[in-house]
Amino acid sequence: MAKGDSSSGFGGRPGGWQVLKRNRAAMVALFFLVGLTGVAVVVPWLMPEALKEASGGAFLAPMAKGGADGVRHWLGTDVNGQDLLYRVVSGARVSLGVGIAGALISLVVGTLYGMVSGFAGGRVDALMMRALDVIYSVPRILFIMIFIAALDPYLKDWLDAVRLGAQGRGWVWVEGRVNGIIPYSRILVMIVSLGLVEWLTMARIVRGQVLVLRETTFVTAARAMGQRPWVILWKHLLPNLATVILTYLTLTIPAVVLDESFLSFLGLGIEAPAASWGSLLKDGAQAINPLESKWWLLVFPAGMMSLTLLALNFLGDGLRDAFDPKGGE
Amino acid sequence: MVGFLFRRFLSSLVVLWLAASITFVMMRSIQGGPFESEKGTAAAQAVKLARYKLDGSLWEQYAAYMGSLARFDLGESTKYLNWSVAELLGQKLPNSVLLGGVAFLISSGGGVLLGGAAAVRQNSMVDRAAMFGALAAISIPTFVTGPALIAVFALGLGWLPVGGWGRWEQIVLPAVCLAAPYLAYVARLMRNSLLDVLKSDFLRTAKAKGLGTVEAVARHAVKVAILPVVTFLGPLAAHLLTGSMVVESVFNLPGAGMIFVNSIQNRDVFLLGGAVIVYCALLLLFNLIVDLLYGVLDKRIRLNG
Repeated sequence: MAKGDSSSGFGGRPGGWQVLKRNRAAMVALFFLVGLTGVAVVVPWLMPEALKEASGGAFLAPMAKGGADGVRHWLGTDVNGQDLLYRVVSGARVSLGVGIAGALISLVVGTLYGMVSGFAGGRVDALMMRALDVIYSVPRILFIMIFIAALDPYLKDWLDAVRLGAQGRGWVWVEGRVNGIIPYSRILVMIVSLGLVEWLTMARIVRGQVLVLRETTFVTAARAMGQRPWVILWKHLLPNLATVILTYLTLTIPAVVLDESFLSFLGLGIEAPAASWGSLLKDGAQAINPLESKWWLLVFPAGMMSLTLLALNFLGDGLRDAFDPKGGE
Repeated sequence: MVGFLFRRFLSSLVVLWLAASITFVMMRSIQGGPFESEKGTAAAQAVKLARYKLDGSLWEQYAAYMGSLARFDLGESTKYLNWSVAELLGQKLPNSVLLGGVAFLISSGGGVLLGGAAAVRQNSMVDRAAMFGALAAISIPTFVTGPALIAVFALGLGWLPVGGWGRWEQIVLPAVCLAAPYLAYVARLMRNSLLDVLKSDFLRTAKAKGLGTVEAVARHAVKVAILPVVTFLGPLAAHLLTGSMVVESVFNLPGAGMIFVNSIQNRDVFLLGGAVIVYCALLLLFNLIVDLLYGVLDKRIRLNG
């Protein structure tokens, strides 16, 4: 049943990975993403500390040398005199981190929902799909905004209680850690909420695949042998779903990144001191006025974000063409 | 048919009730009440809470809110004194609906045309350019395309006004900006689906009868190929309605989007609840229309499920 098996020899249908390797756009996108991830992980470690701090030189143009220590700011500086290259690269960490973590949560929820619905069939399936239709047609992002606003203060309070508790017991290491997390608690809430929103497509695709797979002879055989439904789902269906799940995971990441930037742009997402591409663009849009065009504050984050999303979508499309040629949108 | 409509009506009521309940309970369990940022003693705040029936237990507040909703009363804004939620929404929402409606026409109509053209000329330069452009439009967020559109068409070429609201020229840029990613999505849907239909037997028969490609597509293929697009119209409306928040903020338009964002920050529970209910009701109504349309287009479907 695995679609990637008929790869060897001439004349047969090429396997999925071969189709993918021949897709030039998808491969370029893959290399770009690997490179970007490397840069996002490594570069902030290598940059001099002086660049990362706020300085007196606000709104320096790209390539200008600024501040007392005369470091060169390749992409200019922002309102606080922080180096924009550092902000964009650390924004990549946040944006991609939220995207990947959120997409993984959506993967778990969507796969479970789709597998149960497809495998149960009948009325359960009909009911679960009807519920999915309803959720599809509701403006979900509105509820996400409310969830984030409602849950974040509680998480902050809870973290604060942990911090105070650690302080009381003299656990310096725990206290330091928690103290470091508190300003970023919003990110955790966002990851969970966005993950709980973007699973709908995954559930539909997985269900469609399961409907086909459960009629195959090897599943019938497993049933005849008296295997439990969960074992069949886990052992026999999941491996056959792996490539489809991988494909839609790649297409979910850009969707989550877009959602995150949408919320951050409206001021309901990432809070300072953390920055994502969306919040950088919000800050940039606020600094722009007709008299002075501080174009770099918009152009660089927007360019990075657009290129990354384009690469993710190209890769996802390539994976879909390779592994799920009939899977429409 | 009557049974279908009746069941639909009941399930819509359930969805609206759930949406209102979730919003109300979440908003009332948020830290910080609607009046805590204002100056005034605890007694003054208590008087205000009592005026809006926001004192008492959460259960009592919820019961009071549901009671007023059952009388089709969305309540009063806690932020804007003496403004009812219905008045505030009535002032701003038509702008958002107009913007969303124009964007809806652009994205569905343009997407079907573009996707259709790409499918008929599969693998040509037109097809490749259209599909690359579509992927780019899906990938670039509207708060990037918005300023770019302003820079090119308003500041650079001077064809259209930079901002403002009221005349038809002023709606072009925001609507195009809002529509672009969904136009691209519809185009991809339409292309894939039309490619499938073009391979089918009935179309070969149509061509064998002597119809040209364009005529065969226009007369026979489009009717079938458009069905996936029609199923996407419901989610499309939902996306446009929420997407318009960012576009309204980029173009500084007097829409309902900022009402929504601000009412979360102001803890304006009734305004937020009203906005959620009206948004959901609009979308449920729209989905009903789409389902009826689907039944008309696809004769195989009967509405009794």
